[in-house]
Amino acid sequence: MSKLKKKSIFKYATNYAFVLPYLTIFFLFTVLPVLISIFLSFTYYNVIETPVFNGLANYQRLFFSDDLFTKALSNTMVLALIIGPGGYVLSFGFAWILNEFKPKIRTFLTFFLYAPSLSGGAFAIWAIIYSGDRYGWLNSILLSLNIISEPIQWLTDTNYMLPCAAVSILWMSLGTSFLSFIAGFQTVDGSLYEAASVDGITNRWQELWYITIPSMLPQMMFGAVMSITASFGVGPQITALFGNPSTNYELYTVVHQLEDYGSTRFEMGYASAIATVLFVIMFVSNEVVKKLLAKVGH
Amino acid sequence: MKLKSLVNQRKNRSLSGTIALMVFILAVAAFMVFPLILILGNAFKPLSELWLFPPRLLPIRATTDNFTDLFSLAFGSTVPLTRYLSNTIVITVAGTAGHIFLSSMCAFQFAKRKFPGSKVLFTIIVLSLMFNATVTSIPNYLVMAKLGLIDTLWAIIIPTMGTPLGLYLMKNFMETSIPDAIIEAATVDGANEWVIYKRIVMPNTKPAWMTLILLQVQTLWATGNNGFIFSEEKKTLAYALSQIGAAGLERAGIAAAVSVIMLIVPFSIFIFTQSNVMQTMSTSGMKD
Repeated sequence: MSKLKKKSIFKYATNYAFVLPYLTIFFLFTVLPVLISIFLSFTYYNVIETPVFNGLANYQRLFFSDDLFTKALSNTMVLALIIGPGGYVLSFGFAWILNEFKPKIRTFLTFFLYAPSLSGGAFAIWAIIYSGDRYGWLNSILLSLNIISEPIQWLTDTNYMLPCAAVSILWMSLGTSFLSFIAGFQTVDGSLYEAASVDGITNRWQELWYITIPSMLPQMMFGAVMSITASFGVGPQITALFGNPSTNYELYTVVHQLEDYGSTRFEMGYASAIATVLFVIMFVSNEVVKKLLAKVGH
Repeated sequence: MKLKSLVNQRKNRSLSGTIALMVFILAVAAFMVFPLILILGNAFKPLSELWLFPPRLLPIRATTDNFTDLFSLAFGSTVPLTRYLSNTIVITVAGTAGHIFLSSMCAFQFAKRKFPGSKVLFTIIVLSLMFNATVTSIPNYLVMAKLGLIDTLWAIIIPTMGTPLGLYLMKNFMETSIPDAIIEAATVDGANEWVIYKRIVMPNTKPAWMTLILLQVQTLWATGNNGFIFSEEKKTLAYALSQIGAAGLERAGIAAAVSVIMLIVPFSIFIFTQSNVMQTMSTSGMKD
């Protein structure tokens, strides 16, 4: 090694010392697991014996002979399409309305809207609302309004499971991106609005489209990443309400299948292939959204 | 009450539109808190009132029986409740403190210093924000097993120190809230990196670490059964309480009491940190 190079490494030693502790943990528990998943997805691995390379066999089985995966994948896509864009639009819309209020009221309302995200463990309360007998809240309300005459089995009737899941998961979806949007609206330069009203912007919709959204693109990108990440991880919430497997595998997601193969059947290679497919989907969705957002306001 | 005093006044606003938005957002807020009020109501209902038709939101004869029953059940088990509680406190405090300490040190470098690899490393961290951690739980188990962390509280504490969201928010906040000039001045005065971190960076990033406190406590306090811990005496409060509440219909009131107790901590922390969190979030934007 040349003297110069030695010197430069020494020069940055402090910098590396500062980032090393965090990065070590980050790589061990975030990056390495992704790499392990990708590697194991090309092997047969049952935890006891050493992994055996089997090429694309896992992927072939996944896409061509596993009907349950096809079902899980389409369920995941449907749920993600409702929860991702749905949660995103709700977060943005509600934050926009809150921005109309004076700070004190805004703080108060923010707390109410964010409260469900704070109460992760309380999610099971929806079991009481959706309870299939007439003591369930939804049934009792609909019964007393004479909209239905018999209690509905919300959590096991395949006609109602998806909407019920969507409502209860959306209930918890005003998370980090919601807070980011509220703060983002505050950062939009007030003089832009003044100038715009001189330039002939006459209502709040034009103001939103021509001024607010273009100045909030960075927040909107951050919010999109958070929403996509959350929407493809749907699984535990469904297990809590509908059980796993849910009736007729109606709400069986890729995350459920991942758990089945990883923690129950110990087919780690196959489970890793499922995880890798999810990585690819999450990555592609993010890239697509990035491209779409880049077009807004131009 | 004057409408004017509640909303920001601007020229291009119609009064009818403002009223419609207000009514709408109040309805949304009511929908959001309804399930939480339901839990609160159920927690104070006697058993006889839990199954009424039509159901009532609030109890007729409020009672604290559910809470006293919960405590007698909890202390009657083989592992005392205080043990679960102390496990959760250890996890929450160590996981939060460790995360703030390590991520602020690292974020300081990414925000204010340039060194070979700094760009690439930060890009990887931003990329990792899009991967849901649920998906990596299996290889995570393998890594923990290799490191001998399985069935110890470290299995929860150590990984949480390296989560990417906190670092990302911290770095963005430092970039905009700490003027380079102060750091340069300190460097000229002969302060070393550690002193700059301790005396300049940390005191100026209070909103960011308050935000990290909220995010960490929110997840760690609710840590339940995550498959990494098997010994009963190492399990968490959320796990123990959920076991007590899950034992059938006659425990429904107790289950509600459990939820109420679990909610107190994140709710109070949010109320306490809200303005700081908002300050941090205003710098959360993602540039390209």
